[in-house]
Amino acid sequence: MDTFGLTIAAILVAGAPLVLATLGETLTEKAGIINLSLDGSILLSAMAAFVVSVTFDNPWIGLLAGMATGAAIAGLLGIVGIYLGQSQFAVGFILTLLCRDLAYFLGHTYSRQPGPDLGIWSIPGIGTIPLIGPIFSTQSPVVYIAMLSIVTCWWWMYRTEGGMKLRAVGESPRAAFGRGIRVRLVRLYYCLAGGALVGMAGAAYSLAVKPGWGRPQGCEGAGWIALAIVIFGGWHPVRAALGAFFFAALQVSGIYLQELFPSIPAPVFQVAPFPMMILTLLAVNLGRMGWIQDIIRQHPLLKTFSKGWSIEAPAALGQSFDPKKGL
Amino acid sequence: MNRDSLLTQIGWFCAALGLALLLTVLVAWPAGAPPFETIYILFKGGVGSMSKIGRVLAGWVPLTLCAVGLLVPFTARLWNIGVEGQIIMGAIFCTAALRPYDDGGVLQIALAIGAAMLGGALWALLAGCLRVFGRVHEIFSGLGLNFVALGITLWLIFGPWKRPGVASMSGTEPLDISLWLPRIGSLSVSWVGLALAVVATIFVYILLYRTKWGLKMRAVGENPKAATLFSLGPRRRLLQAFMICGALAGLAGATQVLGVYHRLLPAISSNYGYTALLVGMMASFRLPLVPFICLFFAILNVGSIQLPLQLGLDSSLSGVIQGVMVLSLFIVQGLRLWLKQRKEVD
Repeated sequence: MDTFGLTIAAILVAGAPLVLATLGETLTEKAGIINLSLDGSILLSAMAAFVVSVTFDNPWIGLLAGMATGAAIAGLLGIVGIYLGQSQFAVGFILTLLCRDLAYFLGHTYSRQPGPDLGIWSIPGIGTIPLIGPIFSTQSPVVYIAMLSIVTCWWWMYRTEGGMKLRAVGESPRAAFGRGIRVRLVRLYYCLAGGALVGMAGAAYSLAVKPGWGRPQGCEGAGWIALAIVIFGGWHPVRAALGAFFFAALQVSGIYLQELFPSIPAPVFQVAPFPMMILTLLAVNLGRMGWIQDIIRQHPLLKTFSKGWSIEAPAALGQSFDPKKGL
Repeated sequence: MNRDSLLTQIGWFCAALGLALLLTVLVAWPAGAPPFETIYILFKGGVGSMSKIGRVLAGWVPLTLCAVGLLVPFTARLWNIGVEGQIIMGAIFCTAALRPYDDGGVLQIALAIGAAMLGGALWALLAGCLRVFGRVHEIFSGLGLNFVALGITLWLIFGPWKRPGVASMSGTEPLDISLWLPRIGSLSVSWVGLALAVVATIFVYILLYRTKWGLKMRAVGENPKAATLFSLGPRRRLLQAFMICGALAGLAGATQVLGVYHRLLPAISSNYGYTALLVGMMASFRLPLVPFICLFFAILNVGSIQLPLQLGLDSSLSGVIQGVMVLSLFIVQGLRLWLKQRKEVD
């Protein structure tokens, strides 16, 4: 039973940064902006968080630095993409490559140094409860932060006026503009907010999940997986978070697979999440294809079941909006 | 809309370069890089001697092959991010084709090059099929397949193709010298590679701008819906575009195996796939500019090897400079658009 608890605990830790990055990207994409810079952002924020926490000997300041880095990168993308009307895809991709090299370049002197990490929190008295006890008795604070973020994001998006504005600028910017919402400004805000969450994901890697900095850090590729999970989660924060934990579970099970198949060299398992990413996207997208939807519509049971799966991408995703062109 | 004069265009380009320089200095100075000395070392490290120029050209070959290949799918507005994996697949197929031979000649090398092009094309076709039949965006399929290709390389190097005795990241057993591409004198670049890159550039130019196929391809890119109505067969065309790009990337993989490393190793693609995307964006996907930007980027790559030795800096600065340059170009283009719009409003 203890191994079960420990496995769940490991999945929660491995999933926490993915959850944060996925929530951040979900927020940004809900506002209609696609931020492809995730992979580089996470790496650069991880570097910044580690370097700052070594410098000040305080991991929490490092966490803030990571968030600021993520927000700054997303802000740059936001300004160039929203106000200067350049392709969000292109700028995001350039930023991914740029931030990745920048992280290795600037973090060079801090490579493989000891540094503080966020440590572990335990809720008093929880250790004695069966099942939940071993999961939460020694758990990283990033897990609690991730859990809190899921609830906050869902509440903000679906239960507040701000969340309604957010969805409006992503679904129908012209209508939102007609209602007096400053579309581009709102989009920039969510770029920054999403970027801060992505930065926090980076900090979670270098301060909790894989403490330390080096080349490679070990979080390379996580940003791309997070981008795919957003699609998998149908732009819904709770489902995206579930998707993130699902991927984390696959990653953790990869470690067991390695023990089962010792003849396969260890490095091969490091790339295992990526074929899974393609297959999950394939499964999700096939479910959205016409002929499969026809089959679903003909079967009442599948129809009720499929309601939860019928979320489409924000209608204005990746499109620029120019208020001067009017309604 | 009247087009800007050449002088204005050059002015804006210089503004972009200036911004790139400023941004680079801003990030590099705090890391302990004295600006002028760093730039001097970068360029001296890139063009300082004949052997260095040889290495620059050896890097120029795969970069150009990938970058001109990328223009083909981009004409149909497709992002082939899987170039990296297609290079690797080309290298794997190339090595596989040569494994039965201990020595050989032109025939074996030609066979290996053909196999490499096939490998790259098939890997690209896989990404294309996922896009066309599975609606998986080509950015994700391409990227995922890059990692899968890397995984296959690692598996081969540590598994079936491991060197007798020790398996390590340094790759498979080196090829026999008779299977190497002939070099120019003592330079590390092969004339075969150079010729292949030049031929590929001309081939893509003719294909895109001088054939009906290219014209239809551009139509698909401009308006896929209309292209479907005019029965231009956008799906088939997209797959073809991916395969051509993949074949050229595979060719780049072959030049890496046959001409540079003479074996299969994990870093065989040397990031050329991603750098080629930056080149494409920097050139705004105008073919005539591509070879020159490739040359410049290759100089930066070779020059940056000197940074750790002489200044104790990480060699990834070359990547930073490349990224900053492309980003600056986009920022300046955006500013230009913004100023133009403000003028129109006034």
